Amino acid sequence: MSEFLSQIVQLIFSGLTIGSIYALIAIGFVITYNITGILNFAQGEFAMLGALITISLVSAGLPKILAIVLAIGIVFLVGSMFERFAIYPARNSTVVTLIIITIAVSIALRGIALLIWGTEPKSLAPFTSGDPLSILGAVIQPQSLWAISVTIVSLILMYVFFEKSYMGKAVTACVVNRQAARLMGIRPERMSLIAISISAALGAVGGIIIAPISGATYSMGLMLGMKAFIAAVIGGISNAPAAIAGAMIIGLLESFTEGLWTSGYKDAVSFGVLILVLFVMPNGILSKVSGKRV
Amino acid sequence: MNNSLLSQVYSRSVKGILLFTLILMLVPAFVSSSYFISVLILVGLYTLISTGMNMLMGFAGQISLGHAAFYGVGAYSSAYVTVKLGMPSIVGILVGVLLTAIIAFIVGIPTLKLTGHYLALATLGIGMIAFTFFKQWKDITGGLNGFFGIPALNLFGIEFDSEVKFYYLVWLIALLGILLTRNVVQSRVGRAFRAIHSSEIAANSIGVNIQKYKLQVFILSAVYASIAGSIYAHYVSFINPMLFESKMSIDFLIMSVIGGSGSIWGGLIGSAVFIILGEVLKDVIPMVMHTQSSDEFQIVFFGVMLVVLLIYMPEGLAPAFVKLRNKAFNWLKLSRRRSRGAADSMENP
Repeated sequence: MSEFLSQIVQLIFSGLTIGSIYALIAIGFVITYNITGILNFAQGEFAMLGALITISLVSAGLPKILAIVLAIGIVFLVGSMFERFAIYPARNSTVVTLIIITIAVSIALRGIALLIWGTEPKSLAPFTSGDPLSILGAVIQPQSLWAISVTIVSLILMYVFFEKSYMGKAVTACVVNRQAARLMGIRPERMSLIAISISAALGAVGGIIIAPISGATYSMGLMLGMKAFIAAVIGGISNAPAAIAGAMIIGLLESFTEGLWTSGYKDAVSFGVLILVLFVMPNGILSKVSGKRV
Repeated sequence: MNNSLLSQVYSRSVKGILLFTLILMLVPAFVSSSYFISVLILVGLYTLISTGMNMLMGFAGQISLGHAAFYGVGAYSSAYVTVKLGMPSIVGILVGVLLTAIIAFIVGIPTLKLTGHYLALATLGIGMIAFTFFKQWKDITGGLNGFFGIPALNLFGIEFDSEVKFYYLVWLIALLGILLTRNVVQSRVGRAFRAIHSSEIAANSIGVNIQKYKLQVFILSAVYASIAGSIYAHYVSFINPMLFESKMSIDFLIMSVIGGSGSIWGGLIGSAVFIILGEVLKDVIPMVMHTQSSDEFQIVFFGVMLVVLLIYMPEGLAPAFVKLRNKAFNWLKLSRRRSRGAADSMENP
C-alpha cells in the first residue's frame, strides 16, 4: 500500500513538473491568441531554441545564469522577428492562411535548428547539483522543484507585468477591446509585437528548464508545442489561469498514463482528451468557473 | 447564352486536360530514366491527395491537418488484406476506401462542427491518434518494424509490375481525381462549398445544409488520400508508421497551398513543385553549400518559401500559371494575326 502511495506521489510530481513546462508555453499561446487572434503553431519551437541556445552558450564557457539570460534574450528577438516578418505582413489574411504561416515558420525554425545543432540530443546539467529528495517514499529530483518554482515565479512576473505595469495594461487593453484601445492612443500593432516576443521568451524559459530533465533536440518543439496547445485549449484559450490548470491536468494525465498503463498511448490520450473537450465544451472546461467577461 | 458560356468553360478545361494527358502519356516514351519515372509516380500520388485537400480547403474552406491518417488507413488496409488475408489487391483498395469513409464519417460529425483554429487542432489530434495506433497495434500494422512484402498491384488481370505500368495507372487515377473534383466544384454542390467557405452562417440561412456538405467533402477528400495510400503501399511494398506521421499531413497541406488551394490544377502544380523542387534541392545544395545536410536545408527552404508565398501570393502558384498560359495563348493569337495581316498586305499591295 505504501509502495503504491509513493508511486502515486512520484507520478504526481513528474506530472506537475511536465505540467509546469506546458504551462509556460501555454501562457504564450494564450497571450498571442488574445492579442493577435492567432494560434501560434511555432510556439513550441521557441522552447526548443531556448534550450539549445542555452546548451551551446554553456558549453562555450559562459556562466550558466548569463547563458540562460542571453538565450532568453535571443529567443525574445527571434520572436519579434517572427512577428515583424511573418505575422505583421499577413495580418489581414484568413485564419487558415495564418495557421499555415505559423506552421511554415515552425518548419523553418526546426530546419535551422537541425542545420546548427544536428540530430544528436543534447543535455544540460541540472541547475543545482544535489541529492534527490525523498517525500513519502518517492524520489524527487531537485530539477523538478526548480521547474515548478521557476514556472511559479515566471507566472507571478507575468501577472505583475500585465496587471501593474503601464505597458502590460496597454497590452491587456488590446485584448479587451482592440478598437477602444486604438482610440485611447495604444497601437495594437506594437502590442502584438510585444506580446509575441514575450510569449517567445516564456517558451524559451520552458525549454531551458526541461533541458536537464529530458534533454534537448531540434525536434522537441513540436510535441511540447502540441501539448501546451492542448493545455491552453482545454483550459479555455482566452483565460491564462485556466490554461495553467489545463497544463497541470495534461501533465498529470500523461504521467499517470505512462506510470500506470503504457507510455505508448501517452500522446493518444492527450489528444483524445483534446478532441473530447473540443466536442463537448469548445470554450474549455474551466470557462464557466473562471470565465472573465469584460 | 448561358449554355454557350458553360460550354466555353467546359471545352476550355477539357482541352487543357486532353493536352496534359497527351503530354503525360508521351513522357515514358522519351524518358527512360527509372528515377525520373519514380519521381513522377510520387507526384501523381500526391496530386491525387492534394487535389482532395484542395476541394476541402480551397473550395469548402475547411482545414485538415490529419490527412496522413487516411493515407495510412488506405496503405495498411491494402497491406493487411493482400498479405495477411491473401485477397486480391482490388479488395484491399476497396476495404481501405470503405474503412476510411466510415472513419471520416464518424470523426467528421463532431469535428466539422468546429471552425478555424479548433478544426485545425482537432484534425491534428486525429492524425496523432491514428499515428499512435499505427505504431501500437502490432498485430495488424506490424508496429514500428513495419509491414513487409506487399505484392505488386494486380487490377482486372493486369499485373502492375513495372515502373512504367505503374506510372500510367497512377496518372490515370490522378486525372480521374482531378476530373471528378472539377465536376464536383463546378456543380451545385461546389457552389454550396463556396457559400460555406465565404460564410457558414449566410450559407445556412439560405438553406444550405452545411453539416451535410462539410461531411461529404471531408469524406471524399479522405477517400482520395486512402486510394493514394493503397496504391503507394503496393508500389513500395514496405510501409512503416513513420510514413504516416503528422509531418506528412503538413506536407500535403504545403503542397495544396503552394499550388493554390482554390484551383482545380493547384494540387497538381503544388505536388509537382514540392516533389521536384525537393529532388532538385537534394542535388543542388551539396554543390552550393558544401555540406551533407541537404535534407535540413530543404526543410528550411520549404518553410521560408511557404511563408513568403502565403504573404505575397496567398492564392498559390496556380494563378501565375494561368497568367503564363494566357500570355502564351495571346502571343500565339497575336502572331497568327500578324502573319495573316502580312499575308493580306501581300495580296493587296
